[in-house]
Amino acid sequence: MLEIRNLHVKLEEEDKVILKGVNLTLPDGEVHAIMGPNGSGKSTLSYVLAGREGYVVTEGEVLFDGENLLAMEPEERAAKGVFLAFQYPVEIPGVGNMTFLRTALNAQRKARGEPELSGAEFLRLVREKAKALKIDPEMLKRSVNVGFSGGEKKRNEILQMAVLEPKLAILDETDSGLDIDALRLVAEGVNALRAPDRSFLVITHYQRLLDYIVPDVVHIMADGRIIRTGDADLAREVEKTGYADILKELA
Amino acid sequence: MAETQRRENPAAARLAAIRLPEDEAGWARAAREAALSRLHKMGLPSRRDEYWRETDPSALIAPEPVEAAPLVTDEAPVFGEIDRLKVVFVDGRFDPAASDPLALEHVEIERLADALKADIHWARDLFGRLEETAHDPVPRPFAALNTATATDGVVVRVRGRAPKPISLIYLHRDARSDAVLHHLVRIEPGAELTLLENGPAAARFSQLLEVDVAAGGSFHHVRAQGRDHERRAITHLVGRVAEGGVLKSFTLTANGALSRNEYVVRLEGAEAVTHLAGAAVGDGAVHPFHHDDTIFVTHAAESCESRQVFKKVLRNGAVGIFQGKILVHPVAQKTDGYQLSQGLMLDGDSRFFAKPELEIYADDVKCSHGSTCGAIDEEQLFYLRARGVPRPEAENLLVLAFLAEALEEIEDPALAEDIRNRLEAWLRRRQG
Ligand SMILES: Nc1ncnc2c1ncn2[C@@H]1O[C@H](COP(=O)(O)OP(=O)(O)O)[C@@H](O)[C@H]1O
Ligand SMILES: [Mg+2]
Repeated sequence: MLEIRNLHVKLEEEDKVILKGVNLTLPDGEVHAIMGPNGSGKSTLSYVLAGREGYVVTEGEVLFDGENLLAMEPEERAAKGVFLAFQYPVEIPGVGNMTFLRTALNAQRKARGEPELSGAEFLRLVREKAKALKIDPEMLKRSVNVGFSGGEKKRNEILQMAVLEPKLAILDETDSGLDIDALRLVAEGVNALRAPDRSFLVITHYQRLLDYIVPDVVHIMADGRIIRTGDADLAREVEKTGYADILKELA
Repeated sequence: MAETQRRENPAAARLAAIRLPEDEAGWARAAREAALSRLHKMGLPSRRDEYWRETDPSALIAPEPVEAAPLVTDEAPVFGEIDRLKVVFVDGRFDPAASDPLALEHVEIERLADALKADIHWARDLFGRLEETAHDPVPRPFAALNTATATDGVVVRVRGRAPKPISLIYLHRDARSDAVLHHLVRIEPGAELTLLENGPAAARFSQLLEVDVAAGGSFHHVRAQGRDHERRAITHLVGRVAEGGVLKSFTLTANGALSRNEYVVRLEGAEAVTHLAGAAVGDGAVHPFHHDDTIFVTHAAESCESRQVFKKVLRNGAVGIFQGKILVHPVAQKTDGYQLSQGLMLDGDSRFFAKPELEIYADDVKCSHGSTCGAIDEEQLFYLRARGVPRPEAENLLVLAFLAEALEEIEDPALAEDIRNRLEAWLRRRQG
């Protein structure tokens, strides 16, 4: 599914290197977690995968189903099935949540040569998904993320994921700011989508989320590199001992 | 002599060339003469005048209009789906054959030219009377010129709830046409009317709308200025609103070498309301686009509310001007005033100029104003693209979102939908 090889990334605006040789292989159907201290480059990695501007790849490559992901526009990546649940979902006053979702879904379907959904079909689909995530239908009528609480924004990201049904979902700290009930709903949303041809990259600061979304592999990221890779137990170990020990071990 | 004068001073030449219409009733003639004498006193504007620094009036002053090719389009007419009373003007002349019969329940509607010939007519109390009050402290010479010379228009008196909108349709056929239209609207106490206007009217168009809203009356105005690229227009909405009355106006402007839209509204009775809004989109790539909203709202009574929401989307050297003032008299306690002017620049070539002014002589007032000028938000753009929306479509969505607050000022959902569709179509045509 996803193959990140020796990825080096610096900022376009200043000479600051953030990713310093990331290697990661995410096979079809697997869930990988990335953990790591603040500032280690997790969000940068997710933005680079989604195609945000402002970064320069100085070395390395990223293959998505064998194709050069980094050469594609963000909308092309989305149409091919890459989805990023943003750590900080963006507010768009004046664009209705439903309009946004429908435009996105139909744009992706059009790009893939699939027929667009009618208004009624779309409405049925969204209502069903929103219900499962306990999203208030009122929320769907408002502008994208405007006036949403932190938790509502995160659930809205998961709703988008559920509607768009990506092949690769990258969740950037979707658990932060969620209470335990919301966390369970989000995890259920993710687990409901788990499938042999769908993979997840779950970025989290806390092990808590991984009790609900059990990962196949856990990576620890620090200072722009993956410094350790293990199974779900690694997350529990980190939770107990903190990152300091691992970092010390490495030094 | 005349030749040199014309070359050296076009304004003087224009003034000298004015001929008042003949065969009108005495009161009408007197109103024309009064307007002409006002005009002679204030003179035609030049760029030295404070409110003409950003907009060159010379094309409006010149004896002849600059040629403007009528736009050829096969798109559905604006407001085409709306049930309305159609009143058609071609190059500034009323066309009875193309219009509906001038009859509407609760409404008296008549051609201005006919009203001005009647010895006794209610229009006497309105024609030029509001315009006359609109020059203090800022002269509006083109409004006086309009009163002096307007050849056509409608006079409308509303005594109840008009069952459907009156729709003034301004067709443009002659590339050299020079139209001067003047409309009078009197909303009697508690009465309601929606007035629609659309079309370019002529190569050069002067329009003056005098609106008198009596207590508890309500006047809604929605207009779409014509898309003919080279057309030039100077319009005035001069309104007076009595106690509890409402005057709301929305204007869509897409294209046009020059649109100068002036609004002078006085809130004269307690709890009177006025909302003025506009959405302008211009692309200067092939033809120049210059759009100017110049507004003066006076709060002359207690507890009145005024809103100004003007948004402009500019690209390829397009120019947008906003000059908006709120004046609050000492008696106007509990004034609620709001003013927003925003420019969205789709590139670095365009220009947006805003001059917001508040002048407040009462102490218990709530007045806010804001003006911004910016580009499309990159974070929002990326968010949309990351969800699969291609860049041009994402940009259009954000442009419409930027304009949304102005469009929200249109109360009728069907009219709002029509205006929104026009904007979408305009954006799609320029997508690239
Ligand atoms: N646009 C930016 N400008 C300046 N510094 C940045 C920018 N983006 C990321 N950084 C820096 O890069 C490092 C990694 O950030 P980030 O990817 O957000 O880490 P994480 O998500 O792991 O907390 C941090 O030191 C952060 O301050
Ligand atoms: Mg982060």
